[in-house]
Amino acid sequence: MNTNGNIYTVIYSTVLVILVAAILAFVAMSLQDKQNENVKIETITKVLTAAAQADESVTIDETTDVLKMYSEAITDAFYVNGDGAVGARMNMGKENVKDIQVPSTSDLKTQNDILKKIDGSKDEASKEELRKSLALPVFVFDINGRKVTVIPCYGAGLWGPVWGYIALAEDGKTIDGAIFDHKGETPGLGAKIAEPAFYLSFKGKAFGNGETVFAVEKGKHDDEPACVDAISGATITSQALGKGINLWAKSYQPYLQTLSVTAAADTCATALPEPAMSQTENGSNDL
Amino acid sequence: MSDINYKEVLLKPIFKGNPVTVLVLGICSSLAVTVQLKGAFVMALSVIIVTGLSSFVVSIIRNSIPNRIRIIVQLVVVALMVILVDQFLKAYAYSISKTLSVYVGLIITNCIVMGRIEAYALGNRPIPSLLDGLANGAGYGLILIVVAFFRELLGSGTLFGYRIIPQSFYDAGYMDNGLVILPPMALILLGLIVWIQRSFQKDLQEK
Repeated sequence: MNTNGNIYTVIYSTVLVILVAAILAFVAMSLQDKQNENVKIETITKVLTAAAQADESVTIDETTDVLKMYSEAITDAFYVNGDGAVGARMNMGKENVKDIQVPSTSDLKTQNDILKKIDGSKDEASKEELRKSLALPVFVFDINGRKVTVIPCYGAGLWGPVWGYIALAEDGKTIDGAIFDHKGETPGLGAKIAEPAFYLSFKGKAFGNGETVFAVEKGKHDDEPACVDAISGATITSQALGKGINLWAKSYQPYLQTLSVTAAADTCATALPEPAMSQTENGSNDL
Repeated sequence: MSDINYKEVLLKPIFKGNPVTVLVLGICSSLAVTVQLKGAFVMALSVIIVTGLSSFVVSIIRNSIPNRIRIIVQLVVVALMVILVDQFLKAYAYSISKTLSVYVGLIITNCIVMGRIEAYALGNRPIPSLLDGLANGAGYGLILIVVAFFRELLGSGTLFGYRIIPQSFYDAGYMDNGLVILPPMALILLGLIVWIQRSFQKDLQEK
C-alpha cells in the first residue's frame, strides 16, 4: 500500500488524532473526581495551616489527617457580603468529612472580578448593588481555645493568579497567620510567596485603617504594623499580592469591624491592651 | 529477525550507552527535578513508562505511518503517553505532581523519547522496542536518582524526606550545603558522573 499518498496521509492523521482525543477525554473524565478531591484537600490544608499558625504547638505535616483536624477545629464557615451581612453557610464536615465545602480558586476569581468592578465603578448605586452581591468566604476556627478567623485573598501575579489565606485574631485586625499559593510564578523568585520564610513574616502584623489596609513593599518594614517586606527580584508578584490583600481586606472591613466590637465587648471589664503596642512587641519578636 | 541480543538491548542504555552521561540528552529536566529523591524517583518512573510505551506503540504502527508526517505522528503518540502519566499523577500522587510541576509535561520534549523512537522503534519489532524504551528510561532514571541522592543528602540532610544526618551534627556546627540545592551544582555532579564513567570505560574517551 502506498503510505505516501495525500489522501492516505490526511485520513491517517485524522483517525489518529480522533483516537488520541477519545482516549484522553475518557481518561480525563474518569480521573476528574479524584483530581478535584485532591485540589479540595489542598485548599482545606491551606486554610487550616493559616489558622494553625495562631498556636505554635499545632503542627501540620504530611502525616496529618487534615480533613479530620479541619472538621474538629472549625466552628463556623459562611459567606458574607460587602456590607458584612452573613449569608449562606458552608458544610463544615462535622458529620462526614467528605462533605466539607470550600471555595475553589475559580470561586475566588469570580469574587475578585466583582471586587475589581466595585473598585473601578464611579456610580454609588451600582457599587452598593455589587457590594450586596458579593459572597466572600469566612472560616472561623477554634485553635486550642483561640478564636481565629480566616479570610482569603486573590490577585493577578506575573504569570497567573496568586492567592492565599490570612488568619486574623479575635479582634479581626491582628494577623495570626497567613499562607499563599500561586499558579505559575517564577521558581526561585515570585514562587517564594508560597514559602514559610515569606508568609511567616505576616504573623503579628495588623490590618490598618484607611485607604491602605495592608501592603507588601520594598525595603525594610519589620517594624511597621501593616506592611511586610516584598521579595527581592519579584516586584510584580509582591505588588500583586499586596494589591490583592488590600482589595479583599477592604471588602471584609464591615464584617471584621463587627468582630472587633464583639471582642471589645467580651473583654470590656479587663483592660484591652493597646493594639499598637502589642504589634510592636510582636514586630520586635520577629527580629 | 530473532538475532536481537536482548541482554544488550536492556543493558547498553543503562551503562555503556547511557542517554544522559554518554549521549548527553535530557539534561534540562535532570537538573530541575533532582533536588529530592522522591521527585526524582517519580520522574524516573514517568520517563520509563513514557519511553517504553511510546516506543512500543510507534513500533506497532511503524509500517503504516506516512513518512512525510512521521515526526508529527511520533509526537502525538508521545504527547498522549505524557498527558496520561500527568493525569494519573494528578489523581493519585498530587503532592509529587505539584513538585514536578511543568517537568512532567516537558517529558514530551525530552530528546531521549523522540531519539529512541527515531533510532530504534521505527526499525524494530514491538517487543525489542518496548525493552529499548524501558531501558533508556531506566538509564536516564538511574542518573537522576544518583544525582538526587547526593543533592538531597548534602543539601537537606535527608533521603526520601527522612533525616539521615543526625541533629547532633548540626549542633556541632555542621551546615547543609545550600549550593547543592541550586541547579549549577547538579550540572557539576553530572559532570563528575561522566568523568567517573569515562575513567572506567576507556573506549568512551575521545582522543
